Amino acid sequence: MATYLEFIQQNEERDGVRFSWNVWPSSRLEATRMVVPLACLLTPLKERLDLPPVQYEPVLCSRPTCKAVLNPLCQVDYRAKLWACNFCFQRNQFPPAYAGISEVNQPAELMPQFSTIEYIVQRGPQMPLIFLYVVDTCLEEEDLQALKESLQMSLSLLPADALVGLITFGRMIQVHELSCEGISKSFVFRGTKDLTAKQIQDMLGLSRPAVPIQQGRPLQAPEQPVISSRFLQPVHKVDMNLTDLLGELQRDPWPVTQGKRPLRSTGVALSIAVGLLEGTFPNTGARIMLFTGGPPTQGPGMVVGDELKMPIRSWHDIEKDNARFMKKATKHYETLANRAAANGHCIDIYACALDQTGLLEMKCCANLTGGHMVMGDSFNTSLFKQTFQRVFNKGFNGEFRMAFGACLDVKTSRELKIAGAIGPCISLNAKGPCVSESELGIGGTSQWKICSLDPSTTLAIYFEVVNQHNAPIPQGGRGAVQFVTQYQHSSTQKRIHVTTIARNWADAQSQLQHIEAAFDQEAAAVLMARLGVYRAESEEGPDVLRWLDRQLIRLCQKFGQYSKDDPNSFRLSESFSLYPQFMFHLRRSPFLQVFNNSPDESSYYRHHFARQDLTQSLIMIQPILYAYSFHGPPEPVLLDSSSILPDRILLMDTFFQIVIYLGETIAQWQKAGYQEMPEYENFKHLLQAPLDDAQEILQTRFPMPRYIHTEHGGSQARFLLSKVNPSQTHNNLYAWGQESGAPILTDDVSLQVFMDHLKKLAVSSAA
Amino acid sequence: MSVNQQAHTGPPYGRPQPGYQGYQQPAYGGQPLPGVPQLQYGAYNGPMPGYQQPAPPQGSLRAPSTSGAPPPASGASLPSGHLTYSPFGQGDVQNGIPASAAAVQRPPASQPYLPGSAPMPVSQTPTFQQYGPPPASVQQLSNHMAGMTIGSVAASAPPPAGLGYGPPTSVPPVSGSFSTTGSGLYTPYTASQGPPPTSVSQSLPLAQPPFPGAPRPPTMPGPPLPGQTVAGPPTTQPNHVSSPPPPSAMSGPQPGPPMSGLHGPPPPTHPPQPGYQMQQNGSFGQVRGPQANYGGTYPGTPNYGSQPGPPPPPKRLDPDSIPSPQLNELPPQQKPRHRIDPDAIPSPIQVIEDDRSNCGSEPFVTGVRGQVPPLVTTDFLVKDQGNASPRYIRCTSYNIPCTSDMAKQSQVPLAAVIKPLATLRPEETLPYLVDHGESGPVRCNRCKAYMCPFMQFIEGGRRFQCCFCSCVTEVPPHYFQHLDHTGKRVDFYDRPELSLGSYEFLATVDYCKNNKFPSPPAFIFMIDVSYNAVKSGLVRLICEELKSLLDYLPREGNMEESAIRVGFVTYNKVLHFYNVKSSLAQPQMMVVSDVADMFVPLLDGFLVNVNESRTVIASLLDQIPEMFADTRETETVFAPVIQAGLEALKAAECAGKLFIFHTSLPIAEAPGKLKNRDDKKLINTDKEKTLFQPQTSFYNNLAKDCVAQGCCVDLFLFPNQYLDVATLGVVTYQTGGSIYKYAYFQLETDQDRFLNDLRRDVQKEVGFDAVMRVRTSTGIRATDFFGAFYMSNTTDVEMAGLDCDKTITVEFKHDDKLSEDSGALLQCALLYTSCAGQRRLRIHNLSLNCCTQLADLYRNCETDTLINYLAKYAYRGVLSSPVKTVRDALVNQCAQILACYRKNCASPSSAGQLILPECMKLLPVYLNCVLKSDVLQPGLEVTTDDRAYIRQLVTSMDVAETNVFFYPRLLPLTKADVDSDSLPAAIRNSEERLSKGDIYLLENGLNIFVWVGVNVQQGLIQNLFGVSSFSQISNGLSTLPVLENPFSKKVRSIIDMLQMQRSRYMKLIIVKQEDKLEMLFKHFLVEDKSLSGGASYVDFLCHMHKEIRQLLS
Repeated sequence: MATYLEFIQQNEERDGVRFSWNVWPSSRLEATRMVVPLACLLTPLKERLDLPPVQYEPVLCSRPTCKAVLNPLCQVDYRAKLWACNFCFQRNQFPPAYAGISEVNQPAELMPQFSTIEYIVQRGPQMPLIFLYVVDTCLEEEDLQALKESLQMSLSLLPADALVGLITFGRMIQVHELSCEGISKSFVFRGTKDLTAKQIQDMLGLSRPAVPIQQGRPLQAPEQPVISSRFLQPVHKVDMNLTDLLGELQRDPWPVTQGKRPLRSTGVALSIAVGLLEGTFPNTGARIMLFTGGPPTQGPGMVVGDELKMPIRSWHDIEKDNARFMKKATKHYETLANRAAANGHCIDIYACALDQTGLLEMKCCANLTGGHMVMGDSFNTSLFKQTFQRVFNKGFNGEFRMAFGACLDVKTSRELKIAGAIGPCISLNAKGPCVSESELGIGGTSQWKICSLDPSTTLAIYFEVVNQHNAPIPQGGRGAVQFVTQYQHSSTQKRIHVTTIARNWADAQSQLQHIEAAFDQEAAAVLMARLGVYRAESEEGPDVLRWLDRQLIRLCQKFGQYSKDDPNSFRLSESFSLYPQFMFHLRRSPFLQVFNNSPDESSYYRHHFARQDLTQSLIMIQPILYAYSFHGPPEPVLLDSSSILPDRILLMDTFFQIVIYLGETIAQWQKAGYQEMPEYENFKHLLQAPLDDAQEILQTRFPMPRYIHTEHGGSQARFLLSKVNPSQTHNNLYAWGQESGAPILTDDVSLQVFMDHLKKLAVSSAA
Repeated sequence: MSVNQQAHTGPPYGRPQPGYQGYQQPAYGGQPLPGVPQLQYGAYNGPMPGYQQPAPPQGSLRAPSTSGAPPPASGASLPSGHLTYSPFGQGDVQNGIPASAAAVQRPPASQPYLPGSAPMPVSQTPTFQQYGPPPASVQQLSNHMAGMTIGSVAASAPPPAGLGYGPPTSVPPVSGSFSTTGSGLYTPYTASQGPPPTSVSQSLPLAQPPFPGAPRPPTMPGPPLPGQTVAGPPTTQPNHVSSPPPPSAMSGPQPGPPMSGLHGPPPPTHPPQPGYQMQQNGSFGQVRGPQANYGGTYPGTPNYGSQPGPPPPPKRLDPDSIPSPQLNELPPQQKPRHRIDPDAIPSPIQVIEDDRSNCGSEPFVTGVRGQVPPLVTTDFLVKDQGNASPRYIRCTSYNIPCTSDMAKQSQVPLAAVIKPLATLRPEETLPYLVDHGESGPVRCNRCKAYMCPFMQFIEGGRRFQCCFCSCVTEVPPHYFQHLDHTGKRVDFYDRPELSLGSYEFLATVDYCKNNKFPSPPAFIFMIDVSYNAVKSGLVRLICEELKSLLDYLPREGNMEESAIRVGFVTYNKVLHFYNVKSSLAQPQMMVVSDVADMFVPLLDGFLVNVNESRTVIASLLDQIPEMFADTRETETVFAPVIQAGLEALKAAECAGKLFIFHTSLPIAEAPGKLKNRDDKKLINTDKEKTLFQPQTSFYNNLAKDCVAQGCCVDLFLFPNQYLDVATLGVVTYQTGGSIYKYAYFQLETDQDRFLNDLRRDVQKEVGFDAVMRVRTSTGIRATDFFGAFYMSNTTDVEMAGLDCDKTITVEFKHDDKLSEDSGALLQCALLYTSCAGQRRLRIHNLSLNCCTQLADLYRNCETDTLINYLAKYAYRGVLSSPVKTVRDALVNQCAQILACYRKNCASPSSAGQLILPECMKLLPVYLNCVLKSDVLQPGLEVTTDDRAYIRQLVTSMDVAETNVFFYPRLLPLTKADVDSDSLPAAIRNSEERLSKGDIYLLENGLNIFVWVGVNVQQGLIQNLFGVSSFSQISNGLSTLPVLENPFSKKVRSIIDMLQMQRSRYMKLIIVKQEDKLEMLFKHFLVEDKSLSGGASYVDFLCHMHKEIRQLLS
């Protein structure tokens, strides 16, 4: 019998789904008592080598409210050519094309191994991908140069028939017309005035079908509106032009006087970008890529005034309600994000500046539309350059790792309802029978729109068991969930990705151990973390922490084995053992702690946390620490100050940062130059090993992490020291013996203290 | 001049004249000159009859007389035609005359002062004598009519007149013309007139003959008669609606008989001829031109020639002396014939000619206070010796009444027409630039007047007393200088500000906006690229032209290249800005479609130095026509275009000029959007004024902003339909810009005109961000201003731009007494930024005399300037009052002016006599031209836009421009001497002066007409048009072919010369006689009755006389 671990892993590989509980409590009451909600992490486009898409369309349940897709869990009557929907029990006739099916001649979607299957829809026009660059020109010369080069380079990475557009902005916004020969044309808007979509389209001359400049898109079907696409042209036609244009791009020419910030009209620029696409290519996959080097300083969406003496808002200001532009700006960007999302366009934000750039206000643009958010110090860093390049990476099958305009439709069997989702999506407000009244995350719907997603994009979807306690589910009953994701593939095909899963029901009273054993503590940790982070966006930090603590304590009370009021007797089963530790690190993480982070950084971290898959999310919650030493092969070690030893090299991966830390002795050796000496070649290898490993991570991760190489006593060692469990501090230094690690100067509690408290509270009868 | 000719034609026309319109045709068509003339004569003669007798002899000269017979006929006919007239003439005339002045008004025509006599003598005493008698009668007649003593006073004034009289001198003319007045005059007159009478009669009838006489104002004699006749002159009467009754009959008959009678005599004429000539001579020594014509007909011609000489001497100037009694006596007889001989009434041509010959040769030295300068039509050199050149400032009067009571009594407006940046003749020196160092120009402490030649240094030179406010100011140490024994500073001649009337100061930073020295100005070219503009080829044309034109931007003095930067914008419904930075390989276009909230999308690269960005600009100008070649956009915006230019200048922190090339009514959705509100039905209603007012106040506010920034707007309009010039022009007008309008622009025909205008406009000297203030001696104060500018307070005239053609008319009013001793001083200070960005002050000083006698005032007036003022005043009036009110007010004011003169300055004479001050004898004719102008009396074919355009145009015209605009110059081309550079002598603007065997040129500053008579010799037609016959000249021709023959060359060189003289390139229109276009041409024959109801000169003169008499009684 495979262990649950294996089961979970298999399921994840096949379906891209991880449930917090893999055996489901069979009644609403019991489910609530489980503390951790029944939920899953869904990676809709998880890459699978072995899953070639089928070239036909799915068969749907004929009940209008259901429309579930035929799947291996359905009952099929091969004789009558009927199938019963396993969600609504509607009996459906197979379509004529299925006349030849039999037990031995099954279509793929009926085979158990195709619980996840992808259909290619041949109907409808194929729209090219659209990339609209929105470029800030209020940059330092170097930065602008680097950015220009990156952008020019990116042209070669785009699919040849992709449409590309360019908007530049500074004090004013220029929408560049790419179709013209000779003279370069642009439409200019001023950055202080918000314009409605209609106005923008009028002003760009998009409102009426002017002279149709057909851009050799023979595929366009007749119903396709003939749109003057002067601003969006196929890359292959304009790449020379555009390269020149980018090359000639100058810094914003308006003078910036002493003590002022440059006037940057990000808000209006985005608004125009959104309006432009809205008017020309609604419901077509498109990326608005915003490159900005500072905060918006004028017009709608301004985040800070242009007086340098007024610093940009900090968490402190926000708490004091001193951030005068924040609410208005946030509202502006939210409106934009919603409009873009409604049209299936996504907004990426590439913000590179030493100071904040207003990500806090703009985050919704990326969050709601599935866009990327990248934060760096400068466009002239490999962090940005590599990351940006990676946006256009191709998967193993030579296709771009991006998909557009996805609509995720979730169907559940009757005992379950959908409480909500957390991830880079917006609600489509599809109220249906399987929508729960209570909401977790973005709820009240069974459909969400994800304007852009890549193979790692992961949504957390929360369910509610609605089966009443007094209506038991028959033994061996299974609950099922179907995830139907329709999206525009990067090859411009329309595809439908269907995943149908089923889990057993179990009576929580009689079969608690089953349920307990089927607990996926990693998924649960991430799902709870997402909930926590989601709450943190709208609630005060301490409240969220308290809520998390209470959940943890309740979980321990429910599943721990202990004698009342005896902390020492407390034990957790293996399937729960790591969970408290995840929570401990989560509490310290930048997702919930804003101390030491700017609002922008918090937004940035939270953004990524809400979309990465389980593995990455766990790394974010609890960074991974590897140790390299002469004592053996590299090994993962505890994320603990005790792991910091003089003769070790540590490699820490926090997702956002890769830290290589040389222990005191190693650092001294390196300074002495032993690695240069042939006789110490092994030392050279030791030094090299973490570098190679780091490189490997750097190569694959998106966004590229900040790479930090430091050593004992180095200033950047703080990145490591702030993450490890402060088991040794200046407070307990002597209790732990001098040679066993590095003390951390902090008043934070250590994991031990945390656990002690947890135990105490868990066993307390008062709680 | 042409007089003679006119005479000739006259006859033919003459007849027609009666009928007027009818005239020409009949006349032309038929006639063998001779025959016709005669007839005509006859007609005229009709009236003359009485005269005839006396005249007869002369009449004979008229040969005219020949017409005698015919005349009657014609006369008869005429009368009928003129029924109206006759009523007048007769009724009034009769009344007037007989009744005597009071009743009768019209007649006035009048009299030459002595001149008449003078001439007479010259010519031939004997004749005179003969005439003498007759004349008397004649005169009497005339007197009866209303002896018009034209310019009697003047006459007296102009002693020169005496000389002048001699027809030759200009002065004389005056008196000459009028001379008639005195009985004495009479005699002379008579004498002269005697002949004249005949002639007169004839002339009147003939028109032409008279002309000769008439022109020569001197001939006055003639005039008087004519005057009477005039009164009679049905023609006039028609205009004057008032007198109605019998006339027709009267005239009819009267003419008839008399005519015949006359004629009869005339035949004998031979003798008369001499007399005639005399007269003519008197009038025109020069008759020559005419003579030619006459030549054939009248032997007289030759005489004329000779005569001229003689006439001059004889003149007498005693307008006053003219015995009115006699006149009265005469009247009865004459009554019947009321016609005024057009030749006998003051002739602008003659006045101009006389002034030219009097003043043209000597430089005008400005050292003397209150000196009246030569007329604007005279080409003279100015030497600045302490007063500003008349090219800079002209006044309506150089002798100002000491008290406001006097001023009010005379009703003569006190105004100065100032053209601060006027172009001088090459021989004259530009104002010197004076630098008073860091502390800036030395000024009076109290009134802030600038140091000038009239400041009085006292206390050994340590202080100076202000000549304007008498305040004493310390001389700054660095400016101190000792005085010589006369109290003059020792450095008097070293310092322009102490010795010259005009000079410039270098302004210090205190005189600059925001206390910052200005940057060099910029020119922004804003081109309409909507469908119409592209399709007509305009866009391509402009772009081509700009390529070369940009090398001729105005430069300061000796600078190598112009400091002016340029920028380019194109627009239709949206605006396209161009980045033409020198570092770019290709220009960049930036489209701003947010027209509701205009801004400038770029900072760098919009305004560039032409040389640095030459290739990029060239590339841009090459591409603009291509880019919009396929445009289908027909809608345009306008206000945002100006806003864009304004914003661009603001961003660049400089002043500048926008050149906007615009084609249509801005109906696209944007601020300043206009609707078509043209409505011809409003004409002659109380709402007519709305046609001149802007539709919306939006543009006024915009103009204000433009002025604040120093953004001057020049507008080139190419409308195919109504585009509301009244509204579009508001900003241009208030910023000191110019409007150019090319209706129905067609590449082939209008290209040259447009390009020449554009070149001139771009190249001409211009100042920016200007503020002008006029300071005056205590006692008078500048109270009203006319011109293209903006005023934010009551004293400072602000102009975003001021070029060398822009003129500001300033009116002064008394607020205290002036003294004869100290006179009155004007100081016009103009603060502006030069085209190189230098801040300067240009100062013009002018000293005027003051008088306690009204006669002095009337003796030192300048009619051209007065008309300039009156026209501007009236043109402004139409904005707020019904046009009729404005017209009435004008007439009334002039009547008051003349009445005041008559009452206070002229020697007592019959009320029936019209006596005009010498300096103002042309006032009636010019005033009539103003009244008949398109703004005040629109013809059917005149569009609302045209009127608004002209209204704005006139408002910033200088005196020379208004002069020719209102009284166009008519040149007989066939009389031109192909071997000399000179222009042929001008003739009066009347159809009767045209001979159908000749080719004429008429110019008014906006248009040039070349009128070709039906009977022009084929050779001339071949030479000029390259076709073999009249009928082969294509209609609507607008250019003359370039042909290698003396005549063609001469004509083209004349046209070129005229084009050079005007600030705008005139539209050339070739008009064939009897062609449709002739209507257009006739509109400019301002002495004739106009189709739209404007009175003929003669009629108007009668009307004025009536008005005056009413005032006097």
